Amino acid sequence: MGDLIYAIELLTTGVFTGLMYSMVALGFVLIFKASSVFNYAQGAMTLFAALTVVGLMPHLGLAGSLLATVAVMCVMAVVAERIVFRPLMGASQLTIFMGTVGFASILEGAAQIVWGTKPQGLKLDIPVEPLKFGELLVSRQDLFAAAVAGVFVGALVWFFRNTRTGLALRAIADDPAAAQVVGIKLRRVWAIAWALAGAIAIAAGVLWGNRIGVHFAMSLIALKALPVLIIGGIDSVAGVIVAGMIVGAAEALGEGFIGTYIGGGVQDVMAYIVALLFLMFRPSGLFGQSTILRV
Amino acid sequence: MASGSAPESLAQPAQRGGVFLSTNVIALGAILILAAVAPAVLSEYWLKAILIPTLIFGLAAFGLNMVTGYAGLISMGQAAFMAVGAFAAVIAYGRFGVPIPLALLCGGALSALIGVIVGTPSLRIKGLYLMVATLAAQFIIIWILQRVPWTGTGSFATLNTPPVRIASWNLDTTADRYYLVFSVVLLLTLFGYNLVTSRIGRAWMALRDHDIAASVMGISMLRYKLLAFLMAAFYAGVAGGLVVFCWTGAASVQEYELEISIEILGMIIIGGLGSVLGSYLGAVFILLLPILISFAMQQLTTLIGHSNVSAAVLANAEHIVFGVLVLYFLVKEPHGLARLWKRFASWLDAKRG
Repeated sequence: MGDLIYAIELLTTGVFTGLMYSMVALGFVLIFKASSVFNYAQGAMTLFAALTVVGLMPHLGLAGSLLATVAVMCVMAVVAERIVFRPLMGASQLTIFMGTVGFASILEGAAQIVWGTKPQGLKLDIPVEPLKFGELLVSRQDLFAAAVAGVFVGALVWFFRNTRTGLALRAIADDPAAAQVVGIKLRRVWAIAWALAGAIAIAAGVLWGNRIGVHFAMSLIALKALPVLIIGGIDSVAGVIVAGMIVGAAEALGEGFIGTYIGGGVQDVMAYIVALLFLMFRPSGLFGQSTILRV
Repeated sequence: MASGSAPESLAQPAQRGGVFLSTNVIALGAILILAAVAPAVLSEYWLKAILIPTLIFGLAAFGLNMVTGYAGLISMGQAAFMAVGAFAAVIAYGRFGVPIPLALLCGGALSALIGVIVGTPSLRIKGLYLMVATLAAQFIIIWILQRVPWTGTGSFATLNTPPVRIASWNLDTTADRYYLVFSVVLLLTLFGYNLVTSRIGRAWMALRDHDIAASVMGISMLRYKLLAFLMAAFYAGVAGGLVVFCWTGAASVQEYELEISIEILGMIIIGGLGSVLGSYLGAVFILLLPILISFAMQQLTTLIGHSNVSAAVLANAEHIVFGVLVLYFLVKEPHGLARLWKRFASWLDAKRG
């Protein structure tokens, strides 16, 4: 019985964590959909956003600093479009990828010059004692984070489906040339996609910061979200959500049950192992459509 | 030898009546002579901190260029393959007394074997998916190296090499080690150059440009894609062995983290995809630039007398300058430094008549 409760607790923690992965993964999806580019800077953006929130909090309070950071990230989005995408338009995907690596370097440098290199604490005002459901203990912080992540994911889905900009984004993802022909402004949509990715970076930065503190390792969390994309199928939002939960659960269960035998650290690679299995047996992911190539 | 490692030189007429040495040939000769006499004229610091790492990472970058630049398959795990080579080589040499050249081959071979396994998903997937598969390989390989008792274990797993000697040649000075690196790199560069300009290289490029069309024309996807991963991992493995024997003296896991893979990828993108020369130019750019920036910044701060600029600010300012320069060169020449050089060389050739 104890084992079962333990397993269920791990599972819920995992699923909550997984929702946060899904959210970060959506940041990648946004940029990837808008420009078929893997945005290496997403991790740096998360760090940048989290440091900005923490840095402004003593002056403006939580709400104020969040708003200010949104403004900062919007400026960043416009800058990114201006210095990375516009000059590199038409270059190969790898070249643009390298551009985002350069941009990440700039962001990391800037963030740490302005806000310092020390790891920062970021505490949201949430009671530490867990909620009790019968024998089951659930952390309020995890619950809150999962709720925020869930709202974000839902809002993004709604945005993609029901707004003109969302439609424009999908059109550009489908065929950039055709989208421009029908009058979609590529640059504006790109800047919006970057701004949204920035908003996701803020949410991810604050939620993860609350959990593990704000420091350099944050950039790596973004990379952990990548397997989620693969498992979910890159073109499916629902898939990304479910995949996030699967990865989170696999990590927590793996760490809890296997990790004790081989000395921990299972959660560092669990996501990638699951992703590799998917790549071998079902490359299009859970709900993704398999592509058919014509010669 | 004359056509050595300048890849584009063959495409241009080297002779236009009389004895006309193209800029490429002259530059190559000059570099070879300079490289040969370098230990005599350069300080220990230059050899150890700049030349040796540049050559080693250039070799790893050239390997990556085969799979990513020539065959068009992205790989984000090159540093992990270096780690495999480093550990295999040091174990072969240190525990089993395998001679250094063979130990380097052992490192390369084991790494190549793993490279083939990692490369198998490339038969079905491309682009971002392949990127994640190789990213997974990077993390899983490093993770395994940290946990297998064989390698010493621990997140700071480190294996020191015993004193390095080949037969009766003791490599105890930096110059000796430099010569070993130089000769291995020269040998493998020549071999690789012949590989990418041969039938195999053309098959890779055909697969890169359109893999399905190429396979319809009779190029075996299975064979050539896996061969590309094999060669890339082999070069990385040998480079990893060289790191241990000639540079740091130890194989340690945290020197092969993801950032290094990204750096090597950066080398070939900035240097030039599908260019032998570009691999080495990129290595020079990525490794030398931070040193130059750091030097320039220090000069600048002493010049304007801001002795109170903290080291942390300086380090981060270097990050910013580095990022800006990467972007600048990418915008200036999306095809890489090799293309810039090529344009310069042909301009000079035309000017000289």
